[in-house]
Amino acid sequence: MIYLQLFWEYFKNYAKTRLTYRADFWIEVLSDLLFQGMNLIFILVVFQHTQSLGGWSQAEVVFVYGYFMIPYGIFTTFFNLWNFSERYIVKGEMDRVLTRPAHNLAQIVLENMDPPSLIGSLVGAVIMAISGAQLGLSFDFTDFLMMILLVLGSVLVYAGIYIAITAIGFYSDSPTGIAPLMYNIQNYGRYPVGIYNKVIRFVLTWIIPFAFVGVYPASFFLNMDSGHNSPLALLTPVVGLVFVTAALLFWNHGVKRYRGAGS
Amino acid sequence: MNNAYLDIIRIRFLTMLAYRVNYYSGIVIYAINIGAYYFLWQAIYGDQPTLGGFTVAQMTTYVAVSWMSRAFYFNNLDREIANEIRDGSVAIQFIRPYSYLLVKMMQGLGEGLFRLLLFMVPGMVVVCLIFPVTLPTSPQTWLIYFVMLVFSFLINTQINMLTGLFAFYVENNEGMMRMKRVMVDLFSGVIIPVSFFPGWLEAIMKWLPFQAITYLPSSVFTGRTEGGMALQVLGLQVLWFAVLLLPILWIWRKARHRLFVQGG
Repeated sequence: MIYLQLFWEYFKNYAKTRLTYRADFWIEVLSDLLFQGMNLIFILVVFQHTQSLGGWSQAEVVFVYGYFMIPYGIFTTFFNLWNFSERYIVKGEMDRVLTRPAHNLAQIVLENMDPPSLIGSLVGAVIMAISGAQLGLSFDFTDFLMMILLVLGSVLVYAGIYIAITAIGFYSDSPTGIAPLMYNIQNYGRYPVGIYNKVIRFVLTWIIPFAFVGVYPASFFLNMDSGHNSPLALLTPVVGLVFVTAALLFWNHGVKRYRGAGS
Repeated sequence: MNNAYLDIIRIRFLTMLAYRVNYYSGIVIYAINIGAYYFLWQAIYGDQPTLGGFTVAQMTTYVAVSWMSRAFYFNNLDREIANEIRDGSVAIQFIRPYSYLLVKMMQGLGEGLFRLLLFMVPGMVVVCLIFPVTLPTSPQTWLIYFVMLVFSFLINTQINMLTGLFAFYVENNEGMMRMKRVMVDLFSGVIIPVSFFPGWLEAIMKWLPFQAITYLPSSVFTGRTEGGMALQVLGLQVLWFAVLLLPILWIWRKARHRLFVQGG
């Protein structure tokens, strides 16, 4: 409960800092949406030239993309850790965090929270609804509960991967690390994994399981006769839990190695 | 004096060399990236022989060379400049006997050269082994491509500088930097070749500098733009380089009069 209270305090703080630079705030919201729109533009442009993507129709691909945006928005709201290594390790801000009673990762997550990213999740839900209607999908109450469960699982998958990558900062003092390049590959799960070869499919399923933030869980809601439903969809929450647990262990182990900045 | 700039390239090169985890992970991720787009385009083509004026083979080469050139021209100068403006250390740079912008560009070049030699070249070899990439056969094409690659770097760096320098005016230009990244990735042709855009958008793209970063050089490399046309698009790059110099120098001159350091 203390964390909920902390969340609220940090949120108020966030609002105050961000509204100082109002124009920039809106540009940022817009550019975030555009950034995600980039992939949607890719899909739409590509489908001007073709009818199917490895057997998937435009509406199906867009539907998967809409799903993908929901966990992605929640993830970017809370795991906005791009500068972690520079800010907390090289500059030594981790010292300040470690002297406080709340768990260090929770503090870092809350300090860097970016609530406007949730707008992306809303847009994703709208995209899902539109393409779902085009596909003639029916959505009942159990689907709705499944949706929450699967989205939660997807967010955990994201969080797990991302916490682990951020924690590398404790082991290597590389200033940029893998994180800046992650944004290149984090989107691949939203395409039907069937188009990739076995190795990549394996990697996307079990090693960097980005298939669980998009195509697998989204396929749960597609029509039975589309032939795209993946039995792996129900594994999403499990994969999420496994990855987030492993990542937290890795993180906690990393924190013990932290020695503060030299200066 | 010129030696000082060369030293800056060298120092940045060595700094990059010191952080090797970065480098190994980068190669892996770029390979994954090229692979993913390779399969994506294969699925998009299906049985169709050409799309948007590209054959499947040309598209494979295009994707490979575009991502590899991105490794060379990509840098975070916008962020570096914006940070130095925001934390005020740019004030110190003003009194140093060198051109700040040139120093930044040289740092970017050191970084780019590092990636060119240790990343792009071996990466390209690996990619050629895995995927059916067709390399150009004529030495002339290679020559023009490398000259164009230098201009890709210059133009991308100029766009980065412009974005970074905006920190003089808006104090917090995080949003602009992100917007710029989206625009460069989307419109430069790394993700979708410009010829795939619907007619009206393609027409707009012809009047923007982004295509000069990836689309034009990669088209030369894949052999879609040949001979006299290749020289023409090179000319277009040179033109953009010259045009972009003006706003940068102008902002730089103006900005030094209005610098205020927050909390400084």
